[in-house]
Amino acid sequence: MAKQKVIAKVARQEQIAAGIFDMWIETALAQDAKPGQFISVYPKDKSTLLPRPISICEVNEDKTMLRIVYRVAGKGTAEFSAYTAGDDIAILGTLGNGFPLDAAKGKRVFLMGGGIGIPPMLELAKQLKKQYDVESRIVVGYRDNQTFLADDLAKYGSVYIASEDGSVGSKGNVMNAIEENNLSADIIMACGPMPMLRAIKQYAEANNMTAYISLEERMACGVGACLGCVVKTKEVDHHSHVHNARICTDGPVYDAKEVEI
Amino acid sequence: MNTTVNIAGVTFKNPVMTASGTFGSGMEYSEFVDLNRLGGVVTKGVANVPWPGNPTPRVAETYGGMLNAIGLQNPGIDVFMERDLAFLKDYDTNVIVNVCGKSVEDYLEVVERLADANNVAMLEINVSCPNVKEGAIAFGQKADALFDITSRIKKVAKQPVIMKLSPNVTDITEMAKAAEAAGADCVSLINTITGMKIDINRKTFALANKTGGLSGPAIKPVAVRMVYQVAQAVNIPIIGMGGIATAEDAIEFILAGASAISVGAMNFVNPYATIEIVEGIETYMKAQGVDDINDLIGAVK
Repeated sequence: MAKQKVIAKVARQEQIAAGIFDMWIETALAQDAKPGQFISVYPKDKSTLLPRPISICEVNEDKTMLRIVYRVAGKGTAEFSAYTAGDDIAILGTLGNGFPLDAAKGKRVFLMGGGIGIPPMLELAKQLKKQYDVESRIVVGYRDNQTFLADDLAKYGSVYIASEDGSVGSKGNVMNAIEENNLSADIIMACGPMPMLRAIKQYAEANNMTAYISLEERMACGVGACLGCVVKTKEVDHHSHVHNARICTDGPVYDAKEVEI
Repeated sequence: MNTTVNIAGVTFKNPVMTASGTFGSGMEYSEFVDLNRLGGVVTKGVANVPWPGNPTPRVAETYGGMLNAIGLQNPGIDVFMERDLAFLKDYDTNVIVNVCGKSVEDYLEVVERLADANNVAMLEINVSCPNVKEGAIAFGQKADALFDITSRIKKVAKQPVIMKLSPNVTDITEMAKAAEAAGADCVSLINTITGMKIDINRKTFALANKTGGLSGPAIKPVAVRMVYQVAQAVNIPIIGMGGIATAEDAIEFILAGASAISVGAMNFVNPYATIEIVEGIETYMKAQGVDDINDLIGAVK
């Protein structure tokens, strides 16, 4: 399905942790949604013009609904958090490349999520299990004991938790959880804050592993036209030929070796 | 009903185009709109060689608008001609190539390379980008510098030349008059207004470049005023832009004196905006009993 901007319907929404909201959206865009892709959500308030890129957390069995789990970070997301069942929601999708599932075939897989980078790990873990019978080692890092989505993730692999305040699991971040549990894998797929992704890139290089990381940047168009959301690449990028790839269309998922972060 | 307009001998099926830098070369938005229905596609600025642009963050939202400091990232004229111009060959719309440079020679090189391109209807010279340190805007903020670069480009250009004007000047009519006197076939305005946003929690600039160009509905009244002023000052046609979101906005610019208009930042908000404006202009003309869009140009009383 081509990219489309549509007015969809909110199926339901609930708050699942401090500032974290869980919304199901009824939309035909769910049909082709892949793990690691995202949608852009448009606020109705005309003072906040630009769409907010939000990763797809889950797709329902019938592929009629998308689930997004997001943090309220400003005016736009605050508006979304007030939506209730039956409300209209303007979305653009599906966007981005998604994770390369086939790269995980027959491998021992780390899925690593930090904070609001955890949600895309859910559909990824689900599809890896469904399509390739891969039981992922899912390593997730939280601020505190509000371990949103941890129970959902446990359906598709073994979950290891780290928390910054040490209130649950390993104290620290995902790297601490790997060390403490003496975990290893052949391949990594990850999403989270930049310091975490840098640490994963280093870890993967040191251990000669492939890591696919999902990046985030301020976006305007979301479709590759405005060149707002770029990341420095090792090789010349195919679009602008200047070592700057567009996160919205060439990404958001990159082989960590290919990007300079 | 006639919606065609003529600018410097080039016929546009309707007065709706895309503002440079907001629409790539049409490829990305061809998934959303039929480019054949647009009066023209104005491409992202292209230089003689690839430009990497500025560090990120490059965009920031502001009240009713946005700031950008992309820094004219572009693949250079070679890739542009092989890929972007080739892509646009399949479409029945006027292609206007936006040209940028750091020195007069850079601009001239691009203009010369495009001389033989058979699907380039016009050139738009970007002397008004606020986000690159060298060149670019330096040519667009002093009337004598603008006169000089315009006349030198006109000597080598095979297509009609549009000079894109900056609003970041004391008197935009002086710039428009300099462009006209140097032989420009058309002026387009406005480019973005230089702005700044500060993140008060991090105590940092929202953009890595510190300053950026403000666009979107927030700037529309400034743009309409400048189009009107320039229309009073010169006889060459004007392409108006600045925060156009709807057909009503477009009509305002046309009444102020624009022969055509460009949709910019609002493509990001509504990828179907250009086509909705094409249709909305026709609806307005029917409702107002206007048979020829040319009767609306500069018709404000």
